[in-house]
Amino acid sequence: MIATQGLVYRYPGGSLLQFANMTVPQGTALLLRGDSGAGKSTWLALVAGLLTPTQGEITVAGQALNALAPAARDAWRARALGFLPQKLHLSDALTVADNLALVYFAAGLPRDAAAIHAALAALGVAALADRRPSQLSGEQAQRVALARAVLLNPRVILADEPTASLDDGAAAAALQLLREAAGRCGATLVIATHDRRVEQVFESALVHTLQP
Amino acid sequence: MKHTADLLSLSWRYLWSRPLTAALNLVLLSLGLASITLVLLVSTQIDRAFERDLAGIDLVVGAKGSPMQLILTGVFHIDAPTGNIPLAEVQALQKDPRVALLIPLSLGDSFRGHRIVGTSPDYLAHYGATMAQGAEWIGAMEAVVGADVAMGTGLQPGAQFLGAHGLGGGGHDHGEAPYTVSGVLARCGCVLDRLILTATESVWQVHEKAQAEDEEDRKILEAEREVTVALIRYSSPLAAVTLPRFVNASTSMQAAAPAIEVTRLLRMVGVGTDVLRGLGAVLLLTAGLSVFIALWGAVRERRADLAMLRMLGAPAARVAGLLVFEALWLALAASVLGMLAGHLLTGLIGLMLQAERSLPMTGWVGVPAEALVPLAAAGVAVVAALVPAWAAYRVDVAQLLGSR
Repeated sequence: MIATQGLVYRYPGGSLLQFANMTVPQGTALLLRGDSGAGKSTWLALVAGLLTPTQGEITVAGQALNALAPAARDAWRARALGFLPQKLHLSDALTVADNLALVYFAAGLPRDAAAIHAALAALGVAALADRRPSQLSGEQAQRVALARAVLLNPRVILADEPTASLDDGAAAAALQLLREAAGRCGATLVIATHDRRVEQVFESALVHTLQP
Repeated sequence: MKHTADLLSLSWRYLWSRPLTAALNLVLLSLGLASITLVLLVSTQIDRAFERDLAGIDLVVGAKGSPMQLILTGVFHIDAPTGNIPLAEVQALQKDPRVALLIPLSLGDSFRGHRIVGTSPDYLAHYGATMAQGAEWIGAMEAVVGADVAMGTGLQPGAQFLGAHGLGGGGHDHGEAPYTVSGVLARCGCVLDRLILTATESVWQVHEKAQAEDEEDRKILEAEREVTVALIRYSSPLAAVTLPRFVNASTSMQAAAPAIEVTRLLRMVGVGTDVLRGLGAVLLLTAGLSVFIALWGAVRERRADLAMLRMLGAPAARVAGLLVFEALWLALAASVLGMLAGHLLTGLIGLMLQAERSLPMTGWVGVPAEALVPLAAAGVAVVAALVPAWAAYRVDVAQLLGSR
């Protein structure tokens, strides 16, 4: 579950963003809409514990983020949050399997090769484990990034414009995979998007439009 | 510990994800460290050789000329003599109460580039030499050979050889007066290793035979006998004040104090080592800048990857640690390569010096100061990594969410 109450964020430049109160039940999906500058990225950063709100409270998967010190917030994010960025940011210095292993490195956990294999297999890309990301097709890379996002069975998955630059077929497939992966984890799914195709796949999702 | 192992593994792979840059930095850093290793090894071995060969010799007396040449000839056997001095004057000096020990050295001949030195058994005792094979010489025309000579020439006890006129090799053989090897010295790590030692009488005998046309000639030559150098140990420290002055003012000979001349020589050699050391420092500085530029470039290139790590929950210090460990990997690899190259170069210099029958030098020794080499490498690497690591520490994670 994600719950925000009286959320306000003041940018270092001084401008202020106020967000409506919001509650997203555990295991459901939220489509976060809004034009550029409406505050989608800021809202995601606040929910991910990357930014500290100027006012208000955020509770994510039962954890009040305001109560956590920065280091504890890092540790919480590593275990409770999965993240699928618009640009996938798979490191070409590492193999696909090693890119997934970064999740364990970040969380300070021992590498679990079996779990990495299972996550890749669930998304049909286990055979690509030893390849470099530059050797993958766009769709394969998207699956690998999704495997990374769900590797530790997060309580919340944040997806930032997951269908940007994908054609209709690829976008539908990516969204389907995202929904299935979130379903397997029982995770709350938040998709920041202005792509209308997303609503067609997530018909029953909550939709919240941020106003600039 | 687990985090450190992961940091080591990840940083190693990130380092070599840009192989050309990594290799260039490795070469630069290694060159600087090799120069420093070379300077340390060479200067330490020169100092040790001088210290060892000079031990217990307070004054060197020889023909007038350059005092440094006298020391280089009489103590280290790496220069030509300034001339000879009359035996009678040397014998008079030996009776002087200020002289505790006088070791005469007679030079002039060589065998395959190794100097044949006519002397007394005191010379062996002075350096604490022991026999590896055979025995010391008993009479004239017997010789013992140093360890390097035995190894280089294959001379063994019982073998005979002919001395050649001159110290550099290439002179005519004294065919009428062969030497017989009576023994081989155990390696002492001192100047004796490079010499062939015999009784002073042997040298006189060889030259008198070569020059005297009849018995009358031989008697004249016998009356005019000379030696090349006399090594002297004082009987008391006070002798240092009066004896050199006495020799220089009252005899046809010249006295040179090794301590003064070697200090002067080391000062001259020191200019060279300072230049090499400076060059090493410049190379290290250049390597440091290069590492900095490479790491700074890496941070710029991988800003999003680093931010992704932060997004995945990695603490900022762990992300910054990746950069520091990349630099430390470079330092470690460069230390190994640089020290290896430094030792190989020193070994090559040693081979060249050996061919010249000059100072002993080897690449197969370690000196305590070498511990500074990896420390210098790590210092340069860490300093170069500080700013990039700080940038990685401060990487803006929220940018991942705004990368439209």
